[in-house]
Amino acid sequence: MLDESAELSVSITQIVQRLKGTHLHSQLEKQAKECLHKPEIKLETLKDDVRRLLKASGWERKLQNAVYRELHILPPPRHPRAPPEHTKEPLAYMRKAQVNWEKRILKSLNSMCTELGIPLARKRPVPEQNELTNKWNEMGTDEPDLSKFRPVYAPKDFLEVLVGLKNPNNERSEDLTVRSHWGLIQVSLNVRDIPQTREMYPELGLTYGQLGIDDHTHVPPDLFESEHIHIGKKVVSEHDSAAAQQYSRQGCPTGLRAQLWSLILNTTDDPEAITHYEQLKARVIHHDLLVDNLIYKDVKLTASNDDYYFVFEDYLYQVLLCFSRDTAVLEHFNYNCATPPKSCIQSKSGSEQCAVVYPPNGVIPFHGFSMYVAPLCFLYNEPSKLYSVFREMYIRYFFRLHSVSSHPSGIVSLCLQFERLLQTHLPQLFYHLREIGAQPLRIAFKWIVRAFSGYLSTDQLLLLWDRILGYDSLEIVAVLAAAVFAFRAENLMEVTSLASAEAVLADLSTLKVMPLLQIFLFATSV
Amino acid sequence: MSKNKQTAGHKGACGSQKKKEGEGRSCIRYRCGLTNTIQDVLNQRPGWVEVKDDGEWDLNWCDVGWLRENFDHSYMEEHVRICHFRNHYELTRKNLMVKNLKRYRKTLEREAGRLEASKCDFFPCTFVLPSEYHIFVEEFKRSPGSTWIMKPVARSQGKGIFLFRKLKDIIDWRKDGSRSEEQKDEAQVESYVAQRYIENPYLIAGRKFDLRVYVLVTSYIALKAWLYRDGFARFSNTRFSLSSIDDQYVHLTNVAVQKTSPDYDPEKGCKWQMQQLRQYLTAKHGFETVQTLFKEIDNIFIRSLLSVQKTIINDKHCFELYGYDILLDQDLKPWLIEVNASPSLTASSQEDYDLKYRLLEDTLHIVDMEGRLTGKEKRVGGFDLMWNDGPVHTDVGLEALGSSCLVANTHLGCVNDRQKQLQQLLKPFPGQKRT
Repeated sequence: MLDESAELSVSITQIVQRLKGTHLHSQLEKQAKECLHKPEIKLETLKDDVRRLLKASGWERKLQNAVYRELHILPPPRHPRAPPEHTKEPLAYMRKAQVNWEKRILKSLNSMCTELGIPLARKRPVPEQNELTNKWNEMGTDEPDLSKFRPVYAPKDFLEVLVGLKNPNNERSEDLTVRSHWGLIQVSLNVRDIPQTREMYPELGLTYGQLGIDDHTHVPPDLFESEHIHIGKKVVSEHDSAAAQQYSRQGCPTGLRAQLWSLILNTTDDPEAITHYEQLKARVIHHDLLVDNLIYKDVKLTASNDDYYFVFEDYLYQVLLCFSRDTAVLEHFNYNCATPPKSCIQSKSGSEQCAVVYPPNGVIPFHGFSMYVAPLCFLYNEPSKLYSVFREMYIRYFFRLHSVSSHPSGIVSLCLQFERLLQTHLPQLFYHLREIGAQPLRIAFKWIVRAFSGYLSTDQLLLLWDRILGYDSLEIVAVLAAAVFAFRAENLMEVTSLASAEAVLADLSTLKVMPLLQIFLFATSV
Repeated sequence: MSKNKQTAGHKGACGSQKKKEGEGRSCIRYRCGLTNTIQDVLNQRPGWVEVKDDGEWDLNWCDVGWLRENFDHSYMEEHVRICHFRNHYELTRKNLMVKNLKRYRKTLEREAGRLEASKCDFFPCTFVLPSEYHIFVEEFKRSPGSTWIMKPVARSQGKGIFLFRKLKDIIDWRKDGSRSEEQKDEAQVESYVAQRYIENPYLIAGRKFDLRVYVLVTSYIALKAWLYRDGFARFSNTRFSLSSIDDQYVHLTNVAVQKTSPDYDPEKGCKWQMQQLRQYLTAKHGFETVQTLFKEIDNIFIRSLLSVQKTIINDKHCFELYGYDILLDQDLKPWLIEVNASPSLTASSQEDYDLKYRLLEDTLHIVDMEGRLTGKEKRVGGFDLMWNDGPVHTDVGLEALGSSCLVANTHLGCVNDRQKQLQQLLKPFPGQKRT
């Protein structure tokens, strides 16, 4: 067991290592050097004076934000003798399930490739490159023939994998008792119940003001809203990541949300970010990937058919095509128990096949993937900014929704938490649904996998995602799923089939997220 | 073709209807010339009965054609209502609207100065053809390379509209042998306006859109106008670009035109609710900027109505629901495109149907055939009273003493919790129990 201070120094070393050589590092050095020319600097107190000047000019804050960001994506602490995959995912049976799942997906992708006779990657001839460059801002007008392509998998396929997870050390009896778990997830993980969730989310409590509740029409703005907006403006002007994250717990005002999220995720307007995006765009122009067609198909099937997101079709291509080619995303496999899929590509000389990561970012898109990006289009319309924010959100949160792991924000834990909350607080409802063959998770799974994108109205979704960022956890998604069932419990008790249960829960667009969460967490007797 | 003398409001199938002024009626006879959402609304209103052909009616939801033929020959009793003003075209025909606005602006400049008059600069430079052809040509030559749009005065749904950059284009058009005799006649009579095209519209994800907003006028003297909170933004189905002015699908955002575009997918729908648009703009530009924008939009409604206040024949029997088309440019300045006296009540989707249903229901609440209102209301359902012989302000509580107290009573694109408001406001329909 590593003691705390040793752990801390390991973390510090890791962070320093990661920040070395970054653009921020060189800028800091430059700033420090420029400080030397200032008259206030004295040789005797050089170090302190430079530090003081850097603090006053806001550079210390930038460094703070960068460190804060690194803390978010730090791999878990590891024992020197533990193999890396054990550190990322300690449970062997989970690792095995993830590996099997990856094999299946890759097989599916490769067989599609062989069937259709389309190469995984292909260099575009120059006229095609020029055409694409001209059409970059309106790729949605293209109508390629996508009928032959199928999504590699859909959420319900993934659900079957999760349902099949079994801990080999745990002998489960088949009897259904009050003590047993009635849901589909058959593994035991430590998930929070309501009292523990209340402790984790105190700012959602009844005595705190919330955006999504206390900005309602009949509530005078002076009670909460005006002051909250005032504080929000201050947070933005201070450029403080940590403060922004704390602030976001009570919701972000519409007019400030874009800046606040950008602060929390530490996506800056650095020329570095813009250059990186342009490089990715160039890669899209030069090479065509098979997965591009999967992206086109997904966008056309999901976002383009949405009443509100259809407008942003072009932005979605601009983000997702670049995303597929971004090898920087591979870094997240340091803490993601999944492994990037590899495919065999003929080497240049043609003599040997080498395994390369495919797609280059290691993420195979599935049906509905574009919905992770769509809500962000409401906030950002600069492609490079939109891209940076999406990528950061993906490597911090969204990846956990489609890989098998025991992490508290991982999809398995979220599903289990949802089922347990339902079983504990609405046992009659759960039992009834189970009896009629409508396991609640079968309905709620699609909401959880997409973090409710496309199911809630946009303003409500953004309020939910405020809290995901604010609390740095996806658990709120599981809690909301349970709260939705609680809200519609009366109607659900009267249905007699899975289809009618689905119908009761088909339209969530009128739901107000924050009151539901608040009532479920803080006004339910436990 | 005029039929025999139309009388409205006499005793009919509903028994003795003559009630004292202000007393509610329990059975209301309506006549409806349209077969869309309004039919359903009227049909489903408790205590309302349809009369056909020559039957006597208490409310007539007619089309403008009927009005033109019959209004002058109809005798209407005190309580009877009809959904158009006799000469609404002063506001809704493009050439007359332009004339009235220009005249109003001149008067304002004379009486209140340039600053005040500049508040009328919300319509693009427009000329009526052929009468103003020569001053149009002068203006045209002063700004070479700019794009203009030609619109037929009385047609709707985007018919007959085209863009041009060279005078040659319209000269050719006037001589065009391929057009019908009727179209050529139109060109001779004052049937077209040439308007400066707004070349820098505000785009969302590369697409142009315009706003449809609903304004209900129940009287011109004194002017009483209500603004509906709901409305929508109509998107063009294709990306905006000035290079293809021949592609009318790019430039015209009417749903009617979009429906014929090859890209059009009826399942998709190309509308955003006003609330969605307002949120999007607030997220992009901040609360204060958008607040200012919506104030400027209010200004368009009020000034356009004031400009025809003295011209429209006021009649206490008349009310009118206008559909305003507003376009935003990249500087977030709103422009008035046109005003419709018969905004489409046909629904393009369920959401659209629900919006129009609510709109019409609330319109009938305000017309108040049942006599349930006091007349002092500032809000009825989704309608907010915008102008009542002067600007209308919200009731501000003591909390707002610190800020500048006068807040306009309009809430376009804001939450429309009309059900709750109506429950608190209205007595139940006669014969209906309160739910």
